[in-house]
Amino acid sequence: MADAVLSTRSLEAHYGDFQALFGVSIDVYPEEVIAIIGANGAGKSTLMRSITGLLVNKPQMVTWKGQAIGALRADQIARLGIAMVPEGRQLFQSLSVEENLIIGGQVGRKGAWSLGKVYELFPVLKERRNIQATSLSGGQQQMVSIGRALMSNPDILLFDEISLGLAPIIIKSIYEALPTIIGEGMSAIIVEQDIAKAVSVSSRVYCLQEGRVSLEGRPQDLTRDAISAAYFGV
Amino acid sequence: MDWVNAIVQGILLGGLYALFAAGLSLIFGVMRLVNIAHGDFIVLAAFLGLTITTTLGLSPLVALALVVPVMAAIGYVLQRGILNRTLGEDILPPLMVTFGLSVIIQNGLLEIYSADPQKMSAGSLETASLSLPGDLNVGVLPILMFVVAVAVIAGLQWIFYRSSLGRAFRAVSDNQDIAQLMGLNKAHVFGMAMALSLAVVGIAGVFLGIRTSFDPSIGPGRLIFGFEAVIIGGLGNLWGTLVGGIILGVSQNIGAQINPGWQLLAGHLAFLFVLAVRPRGLFPRID
Repeated sequence: MADAVLSTRSLEAHYGDFQALFGVSIDVYPEEVIAIIGANGAGKSTLMRSITGLLVNKPQMVTWKGQAIGALRADQIARLGIAMVPEGRQLFQSLSVEENLIIGGQVGRKGAWSLGKVYELFPVLKERRNIQATSLSGGQQQMVSIGRALMSNPDILLFDEISLGLAPIIIKSIYEALPTIIGEGMSAIIVEQDIAKAVSVSSRVYCLQEGRVSLEGRPQDLTRDAISAAYFGV
Repeated sequence: MDWVNAIVQGILLGGLYALFAAGLSLIFGVMRLVNIAHGDFIVLAAFLGLTITTTLGLSPLVALALVVPVMAAIGYVLQRGILNRTLGEDILPPLMVTFGLSVIIQNGLLEIYSADPQKMSAGSLETASLSLPGDLNVGVLPILMFVVAVAVIAGLQWIFYRSSLGRAFRAVSDNQDIAQLMGLNKAHVFGMAMALSLAVVGIAGVFLGIRTSFDPSIGPGRLIFGFEAVIIGGLGNLWGTLVGGIILGVSQNIGAQINPGWQLLAGHLAFLFVLAVRPRGLFPRID
């Protein structure tokens, strides 16, 4: 198997005195989609914040294509080709739909994605490109958030709880679009509380529980009972 | 006719107050930083202009070409070197640090230039005036300053809403973490905001120094005028800030028309009145 593109090694994370992650090690291989599942407070979002540089770590705790990036700033990491669709969409409310997309593209990475490509994927955004981004419906905001991440032409895309707060029919259409979004040569990490959704699109699963990896493996090798035990700790 | 004159002069003075206020408004909008030393930077710019005009023999308006970039550079270095370290959840550290800067600038200027009032001369431009219908004489210099103030506000408005730098300002103002994820280095963006703020301060300081005499102690007073213009106009609205400056200038001149001792009082009363009736200012943008 090829070397992992993204790895965390014995990753620890703290919020003040509170420790949120205890020695988490995960690997993402080229063109692989992995899922990270776990209950509320298991440390999934903290793991995403550590990888993207919003939480600063020791350099060797996160490596990207062999380079230690744990201590880099978030903007430096973004330029390396790591993009995130953050939990709760988090669009810039002072910016129009189009400005939100443009700002995603200004890390200056070349690739297949452009404003026109994103509008092709989500035609409704083109019609509404000049209105304030946060006045869109939840599903459309999620499209902007995904488009904004794609605009940077990332090599890996992190999806943090993309189905949270959205109607089931919209979640279904977003998951149907995922194979198009995660194109050739791209890897992805899907963070979900909804186990079935996450497992359906990923080739490997990590389950987090109270800041530790409690289970990992290919979906077909994991039994429902094993996942439940790893998820709830019962 | 004296009253009409007072109002016209007040409107023109309001342009200068808007220049005092615009930089204050800008950095508050981008990083929620209140710069207590803002007025002292205006005075610093005036002294910088004075030194340039006296040593190089330039007209103050030409000296702007040096003062503005120097002030912008000071702003960028100040933000990256000191102020960025004070920003965080707690709003107190930037207040205390800029208050300290205010004291340092005042005393530094006192050491170098002494407490004597100084003034810059713009030559014949200072006495040139236009005759308007109805026996009204308006100085060319105040008109020029007002026009520049309007142009500066329009320019800032354009930068903020039409340029990629302004997009970065708004994005960082909305959500610092997510802006970082988009590859924006917030330390640099904040540095650019402070550079822009002090560039405007450079213009304001030179205009102040041409218009009236100044000494190292008058900074805090200019800060108050700036604050009042921002609050009257409503936070985060640059055109509102211009209106705020004009209201302040007109009230001061009307007060002075009634009784010369009432000039400042009338301005403060107008400010209090707006605060009582519209606590968020006339045209607020920021909640």
